[in-house]
Amino acid sequence: MAQWQKQRSERQSRLEAASKYSDGKLVSAENTKALLEAVIRPGDRVCLEGDNQKQADFLAEALASVDKSRIHDLHIVQSGIVLQAHLDLFERGIARRLDFSYSGPQGEAIARALAAGRIQLGAVHTYIELFARYFMDLTPHIALVAAVEADGAGNLFTGPNTEDTPTIVEATAFKSGIVVAQVNKVVEKLPRVDIPGDQVDFVVEADRPFYVEPLFTRDPASVTEEQILMAMMAIKGIYAKYGVRLLNHGIGFPTAAIELILPTYGERLGLKGKVATHFALNPHPTLIPAIESGWVEQIHCFGSEVGMDVYVQERSDVYFTGHDGSLRSNRMMCQNAGLYACDMFIGSTLQIDLAGNSSTFTSGRIAGFGGAPNMGSDVHGRRHPSTPWLTAGREATGNPTTLTRGRKLVVQMVETFGEKMVPSFVEKLDSLAMAEELKLELAPVMIYGDDVSHVVTEGGIANLLLCRSADEREQAIRGVAGFTPVGRGGDRKAVEALRWRGVIQRPEDLGIDPLAATRQLLAAHSIQDLVTWSGGLYHPPSKFRNW
Amino acid sequence: MSIVQPHEAHWFEASARERIAGLLDPDSFTEFLDPSQRAMSPHLAQFNLTGAFDDGLVVGSGRLKGEVVFVAAQEGRFLGGAFGEIHGGKLVGLLRAARDLASKNGPRGVLLLLDTGGVRLQEANAGELSISETIHAIIEARLAGVAVVALIGGRAGAFGGGGIVTACCSRIIVSQHARIGVSGPEVIETNKGVEEFDSKDRGLVWRITGGRTRALLGGADRYVRDRIKDFRAAAIDLMANAPPFSAATLAAEQQRLADRLQRYGECRDAPEIWRKAGIFEPDRIADISDDAFLAVPRPAGASHDAR
Amino acid sequence: MEQFQVRGTATRRAPGSRRQAIIGVNASGNLEVLIERVLPDNECLVEVATAITGFRDLWEAVITEFFERSSPGGLRFSINDTGARPETVTLRLMQGLRIMEDEQ
Repeated sequence: MAQWQKQRSERQSRLEAASKYSDGKLVSAENTKALLEAVIRPGDRVCLEGDNQKQADFLAEALASVDKSRIHDLHIVQSGIVLQAHLDLFERGIARRLDFSYSGPQGEAIARALAAGRIQLGAVHTYIELFARYFMDLTPHIALVAAVEADGAGNLFTGPNTEDTPTIVEATAFKSGIVVAQVNKVVEKLPRVDIPGDQVDFVVEADRPFYVEPLFTRDPASVTEEQILMAMMAIKGIYAKYGVRLLNHGIGFPTAAIELILPTYGERLGLKGKVATHFALNPHPTLIPAIESGWVEQIHCFGSEVGMDVYVQERSDVYFTGHDGSLRSNRMMCQNAGLYACDMFIGSTLQIDLAGNSSTFTSGRIAGFGGAPNMGSDVHGRRHPSTPWLTAGREATGNPTTLTRGRKLVVQMVETFGEKMVPSFVEKLDSLAMAEELKLELAPVMIYGDDVSHVVTEGGIANLLLCRSADEREQAIRGVAGFTPVGRGGDRKAVEALRWRGVIQRPEDLGIDPLAATRQLLAAHSIQDLVTWSGGLYHPPSKFRNW
Repeated sequence: MSIVQPHEAHWFEASARERIAGLLDPDSFTEFLDPSQRAMSPHLAQFNLTGAFDDGLVVGSGRLKGEVVFVAAQEGRFLGGAFGEIHGGKLVGLLRAARDLASKNGPRGVLLLLDTGGVRLQEANAGELSISETIHAIIEARLAGVAVVALIGGRAGAFGGGGIVTACCSRIIVSQHARIGVSGPEVIETNKGVEEFDSKDRGLVWRITGGRTRALLGGADRYVRDRIKDFRAAAIDLMANAPPFSAATLAAEQQRLADRLQRYGECRDAPEIWRKAGIFEPDRIADISDDAFLAVPRPAGASHDAR
Repeated sequence: MEQFQVRGTATRRAPGSRRQAIIGVNASGNLEVLIERVLPDNECLVEVATAITGFRDLWEAVITEFFERSSPGGLRFSINDTGARPETVTLRLMQGLRIMEDEQ
């Protein structure tokens, strides 16, 4: 006779095996390893929470130390392979198969482990793709998550860095999986309940607070004149032109430059209230001057940012906060906002080809995608119109009709030469060679050229929406590729014609005075200036304390 | 035309020429040995280094609230603003000209916009000599009644011989970015070890040599916000009130320094000094706003005319 | 260290009455440009002194493009450089030209 409740009985037997290591839901730090050995079975799909910000590091270390004769061949289905412990799982044979989204610092180690056959790669995903598969074919058996506090009933307070926890727990708890949370502290009463105790099986008070990476802090002291010039062009040639109010900024210095010149250059152009009013964005410290100057109505966050918690609490008119006062972030929701409720993504990249495809995968390094491909994509499921969206859609088509749908503005800011005079514009992306080397079915591309609407370099803006053929698109990209070999390989006449049509705009075509592109234009020149702008509410982490 | 007006600009981010433009009365500056004259270093080429048309020092005359002043501004981003043969020669020449013109309707003062790590290593002896000659020329100018005012707030601070030059001036104006010292942080660490001085601890570097510490201890006479217009207002004020220079001045300075050493010599870090001096919230001096810092009363003995 | 000149012809005299201007600082990744109005109206010239050797071809491309885009007739640009990237060079040349165009 067919059995239809196998997963439930399996869950019950695991909980029973674990019960001797817990007091109700509470497990001591010393018993964590034994708990994991009791609830996990070989071949399980396991998610260790962590992306590019918070990490369930205590649980990761515990898992990496389990008896591998009992726990082996796990299938890791998690966003981030970031900690050494994550790699140790594969080195030690505790884990075998991997589906992930982001690696950052471990990019090279992953590439090596893959090449050596120690990792069986499922696929590299974007964050929300992986979350999506949690509900289809990659549902975790075990979720190991991180929270700030828990109470005895297993309710969790995840606080400003709530991030992915609700999504991971939802998929696991409601498919008979087991959820274990590491917390900084077990308390009597939580400031607020982010995850109901119903959905949590075990809570461990870890020996130290979970790790959070300050990834979104950019020091204004490092912003260059060229980045300021590009920022001016973006604001005048794109934000103002299309009237972009709802948007997402990718991480990087060019967008930090934009944030820092909204109160000065943007103000001078009379754009306050007309552009950049609503953001899907982490709490970037560099946006503080614009917020304080009254530019921003609302921000929804993927996660938090170290040092910004108090500032966010004091600006609840702008940020999403709980009744306890602190930020409530949610990566899944914010990504959705970025996909469907934003009219523009603008970010920067290290390498871009003649079709506008861009990648951060360089030889020997699998960095992963994070969330950028989702933010930097045109979503076909959108139906509600807005002026920027409709304008972009019409520009993309020769004869617009009422069947002509709109397009998300997807803008790539690229400095033509990177470090050591390495050209950012290439004929062939490094990731193609990498795909061959590692036998990947799909060459890793961060943002596909056919989603890109504009490329902005120090040399100008290429409006790809106005290009009518692959050839025009190529010449438009070459036309802003400056003095890289790709730039110098452009057809002069074709590029001139594109400029005449307005497909390429140089700074002077936009009426931008080159003398204005100086650091004096920044509303804040240093981390300390940001602290001053925030009225002392921003507390930068010690690595940024430089005065 | 830049969106930011010259006097509204930030001092720290500004070039030497931008500082001069915002400091002096508009359009009043005449440059001596302007770049087109190409008075450049003859030494750098042998090190495969390219130079600067003004050798990193802009000199000339202009007006400060109508009064004639001479100005010398170091470009802190060119070879660290360091003294080379021509650079130093221009400065010495300017100071001697001020001395010579003192009795003939010459400049009321010389403004030294210092931004230097000291001697340019590539020019070693020439650099050292020019610093000595600069010190000599400052003293002679002061003896002739010309006020010499140092304005410090750039990337390089005033280190090495530049720190000594600073201390010889009639008056010293600093911002929070400023640092004044002789041995640089890395040199101290290399020679005395990281426990003595961790050069990577920027908070420490500024607590020991930074503008706020100098201002509170009397090592600088006026603290200003990081705007060119604030430096200008302070320069106008201090130039008008510069003390005369004499043996009595030197003796008073020696006494002031002896008293200061006696009072605070055991202290290992600035907050200890502030605590001893009875300053409110001694640990927060580096963190408070410029406005709040300007309201902090200077400890006894800090204000003086002993320079 | 390399020193060379790039000459060009201009279709128009660079407007403005200024005789001289200077912009930029010779620091790492940066350059200083001195501009002097000393040539006949249909000539332009850039003299380069650079601490980074081997990029003459790139310099010539950048300067030629600048001449074609801006036609700075009558102007001599003198550069002291320490490894500025091409777009920084273009930016400085454009900034220098812009200052010269201001009527004094």
